[in-house]
Amino acid sequence: MKQTPRVVVIGNGMAGARFVEELVRRRGEVQPDVVMFGDEPYGNYNRILLSGVLAGTHQPEDVFLNPLAWYHEHDVTLHAGARVTRIDREARRVYAGGDLSVPYDQLIIATGSVPFIPPIDGLRGPSGALADGAFVFRTLDDCHEIVRHAKQSRRAAVIGGGLLGLEAARGLLELGLDVHVVHLMPHLMDVQLDRPAGRVLELALTQMGVHLHLEKATSGVLGDGRVAGLRFSDGSTLDCDLVVVAAGIRPNVALAAQAGLDVGRGVIVGDDLATSDPHVFAIGECSEHRGQTYGLVAPLWEQARVLAERLAGVSPDATYEGSRVSTKLKVMEVDLAVMGVKEADPDLDEVVTYAEPSRGLYKKLIVRDGRLAGAIVMGDGTIVPTLLQAFDRGTTLPDDRSQLLFPRTAGDGQAPSVQSIAAATQVCNCNGVTKQQLVDAVRNGCRTLKAVCSATRAATGCGSCATLVQAVVEDAAGGSLDVDPAAHYYVPGVPMAKTELVAAIREHELRSVSAVFTALAGGREDAGSKPGLASLLKSMWGAAYEDERDARYINDRVHANIQKDRTFSVVPRIYGGVTSAAELRRIADVADKYQVPMVKITGGQRIDLLGIRKEQLPHVWKDLGMPSGHAYTKGFRTCKTCVGTEFCRYGVGDSTGLGVAIERRFQGIEAPAKLKLATAGCPRNCSEATTKDIGAVAIEGGRWEIYVGGAAGSRVRKGDLLVTVDTHDEVMRLTGRFMQYYREHGRYLERTYDFVERLGLDHVRAVVVDDAEGIAADLDRAMQESVDAYVDPWLEADTPVHPAQFVDVVGAGAGPAPIATTMEAVR
Amino acid sequence: MSEPSVLDVPGIGLGPASQVPVGEGRLFEVGSRTVAVFRLRDGGFRATDPWCPHRGGPLADGLVGAGTVTCPFHGYRFDLSSGCAVGHDCPPIATYPVSLDAAGELRLHVEGVLRD
Ligand code: SRM
Ligand SMILES: Cc1cc2nc3c(=O)[nH]c(=O)nc-3n(C[C@H](O)[C@H](O)[C@H](O)COP(=O)(O)OP(=O)(O)OC[C@H]3O[C@@H](n4cnc5c(N)ncnc54)[C@H](O)[C@@H]3O)c2cc1C
Ligand code: SF4
Ligand code: FES
Repeated sequence: MKQTPRVVVIGNGMAGARFVEELVRRRGEVQPDVVMFGDEPYGNYNRILLSGVLAGTHQPEDVFLNPLAWYHEHDVTLHAGARVTRIDREARRVYAGGDLSVPYDQLIIATGSVPFIPPIDGLRGPSGALADGAFVFRTLDDCHEIVRHAKQSRRAAVIGGGLLGLEAARGLLELGLDVHVVHLMPHLMDVQLDRPAGRVLELALTQMGVHLHLEKATSGVLGDGRVAGLRFSDGSTLDCDLVVVAAGIRPNVALAAQAGLDVGRGVIVGDDLATSDPHVFAIGECSEHRGQTYGLVAPLWEQARVLAERLAGVSPDATYEGSRVSTKLKVMEVDLAVMGVKEADPDLDEVVTYAEPSRGLYKKLIVRDGRLAGAIVMGDGTIVPTLLQAFDRGTTLPDDRSQLLFPRTAGDGQAPSVQSIAAATQVCNCNGVTKQQLVDAVRNGCRTLKAVCSATRAATGCGSCATLVQAVVEDAAGGSLDVDPAAHYYVPGVPMAKTELVAAIREHELRSVSAVFTALAGGREDAGSKPGLASLLKSMWGAAYEDERDARYINDRVHANIQKDRTFSVVPRIYGGVTSAAELRRIADVADKYQVPMVKITGGQRIDLLGIRKEQLPHVWKDLGMPSGHAYTKGFRTCKTCVGTEFCRYGVGDSTGLGVAIERRFQGIEAPAKLKLATAGCPRNCSEATTKDIGAVAIEGGRWEIYVGGAAGSRVRKGDLLVTVDTHDEVMRLTGRFMQYYREHGRYLERTYDFVERLGLDHVRAVVVDDAEGIAADLDRAMQESVDAYVDPWLEADTPVHPAQFVDVVGAGAGPAPIATTMEAVR
Repeated sequence: MSEPSVLDVPGIGLGPASQVPVGEGRLFEVGSRTVAVFRLRDGGFRATDPWCPHRGGPLADGLVGAGTVTCPFHGYRFDLSSGCAVGHDCPPIATYPVSLDAAGELRLHVEGVLRD
């Protein structure tokens, strides 16, 4: 057996402790022995909740993350209250005073920051200690001392009007003190906010009773060793008996510098998070990566995860590539979210703003190339999840930007704010999940949105509640959610994004779903990933795809939709919704012969026979003598039409002819998700073509507008005008090309309304219409191959792939499953 | 898969294993009961109650993977060996020992169990 490596961590703060948690969770192959040193005499606690402790809204015991017992349970040795004083890199050993010294194989420096103390006369006494009544605000002990001193104080001054200073001000206000904030710059929180936003915040704070002193430089502390007031560079003074210094932080690099590691503003690390010594790593506020230091927790958590993956041997090549910083904060009860750039570049950017200072509202979007480059949102938490998503994913924004600033839920007016939703309110209407259940899941330890959703089943139905669920979960987690790496996988069971996966499948020539699991998922087959892989493989290999029927969802095994009583529905193809008396007669005969419980006109302009038993399916199909309508496949469904020039007095284009031709050509073509099309004979749009995945609308002059990415299901979205063309042939060609591009680049189950938004209309148009990437001919060819390879699945009525394809009960004495009685048995 | 003592019970013959397509499940009628038998891709077999305790979904029509079946109705998962729900709190489904004999026949080792 290999020797157990020893990992030593200096610093038991947010980054160090998170790293150890992540490492312990991943212990597998490599089982390192973990030793931690923490200067503070506690297990680890959530530093960002200290403002709550100061304000009295949290008890100190509420903020602990891992108590001392946790370390014991997980075989982590914690030296709490032990400060590391020296690193001997040659001997690979750390020293912590007295006899305490420990050898390491890998050393992690996570020493955080130290408060910056500006050179102010009288702030420090001769010993270097702060004057009596002056404090910094960084640790739990700092909180205790401020609270103790506040009991005998009346007026407090906070030096520094940044995030930390305002948090301190809020706490002091709650403690009943008269609070003054002294800030060097012309507006508050100048690091995060632009000037108008700063103004809105200032108004809100003034209304709460905070006194602001802007553009004031503190030059001295009055009083003789005991704080009695402040003196400013303009000669004025302010009486006070308590001072909190919140003038910024500096990465805590002393130990690293002393050990001879490369240090800039922070301890310099590469994408592997290693310092200039490959045995020593640095994470958290003390580190500097690609010239950047961070002062918020989200980036630190990413660093902790990446490093844990590397050191646990799970993915030794994992890299950290920097973080796009976005923050959601509560500043003095005001909701604030900040992401990306703060000021616009006048040459590049479009700026959208809305300000209503009297209600504490300020919203600003900075748009570059149609995408969100930055945003400041104050006083309105409801629009934040959507913006964060658009920012993180870099999706193109809707042309009507006001939708982002003032979203409306379908039906009524304003979207509810997350906090204002009552606990018992049902958030997910498909699975009946209440807000309380989501909050409980977070409290019980779910750390990712996905974990909450799989524990509660929220947002796993139609998905229309996803944004709201995300907002509730984020609110409940108070900014401590993990980003789920699986969110970027094509299917959950194979850890690869789509492009990577496609490349690996090509490289290893994997033609079946089981071959993919064997080669790319360590042999572990994941049921939920099967249909997605099957769809991908089929669109990649066409006729050379090795079809494994067990990889298909039941509907695609028997080419029908399963119903709640375990019967199936049969929807024959009716091209463009145009039928004939003979066809209708056959359908009627089948309905009689099989005593079909319901015959229904669908929303897709065709006819549904509902309540057919599985073993009846092949017989029904044969009697119908019509091809499958594919009402079940993730793929081309229908092309709805209107009567157009055939009969309609307004028609300016032959929409039925075009629709029928489209449906004949693309029937059954598989795709990442459903494709529903329509053609309309004039802009009156009776077939709803502008809210279809692809829609063609005839306009005067014999031309056709092609719309893509429309939707009118769980989400309603008007399609984007892709291009206007002159002929049916051009409509057919561009329709096929767009579909093929979507087949190759869409994520599994991603409808075109999300796909087009993710890629941006301009990009889609460049590829599909202008052939900017030179792939148009390839796309057309690939589509033609799929069209040529199409076989009506209902022909399996005569040639089933397995004798039991349409049989439920097999074995001796088998008969049809007694449906009614067994459903009873279940209830 | 199961205790040797259970497999000592001669069990009820269900006929050739090939009646169940690879990776799928099918139903068998045994006495007055219906049992779902799954044929895993690794060559193993599992037998369970046929209907999902949630709302009666046909488990034999579900997707099988990593020793679990996912109900086709609302996506609840069950472990095929223990019958326990995976990732949700549905009550478990009953499972039965099943094996393949030398002649390639499936045998369900439930004598006395299913006779009610
Ligand atoms: C039969 C039909 C309702 C009807 O009686 O008219 C229907 C029935 C179902 N729809 Fe639909 N949809 C039907 C037209 C529509 C339409 C209207 C249309 O096609 O023009 C829409 C809105 C258009 C769209 O899709 O954007 C529609 C939007 C949905 C959605 C929401 C999709 C979305 O992303 O917004 C779902 C859920 C899903 O796909 O995940 C859905 C899902 C379903 C499922 C498959 C639910 C399920 O998994 O069991 C229903 C299957 C019933 C069955 O077994 O037959 N159905 N469904 C319609 C069949 C059309 C056809 O001839 O093929
Ligand atoms: C009051 C307050 C409110 C905040 N609010 C937010 C917020 O809302 N959102 C947000 O994202 N961020 C917030 N932050 C910032 C966030 O807390 C920090 O980014 C985060 O704590 C940094 O983590 P770290 O592990 O790098 O440093 P720390 O958490 O500071 O941990 C470093 C640890 O190392 C120990 N240490 C240092 N030197 C040694 C040594 N030589 N030997 C042993 N131990 C040593 C220290 O004692 C300390 O415990 C807030 C910070 C404060 C103070
Ligand atoms: S047919 Fe469509 S709208 Fe109607 S219940 Fe089913 S999924 Fe919902
Ligand atoms: S019936 Fe099986 S999951 Fe609902």
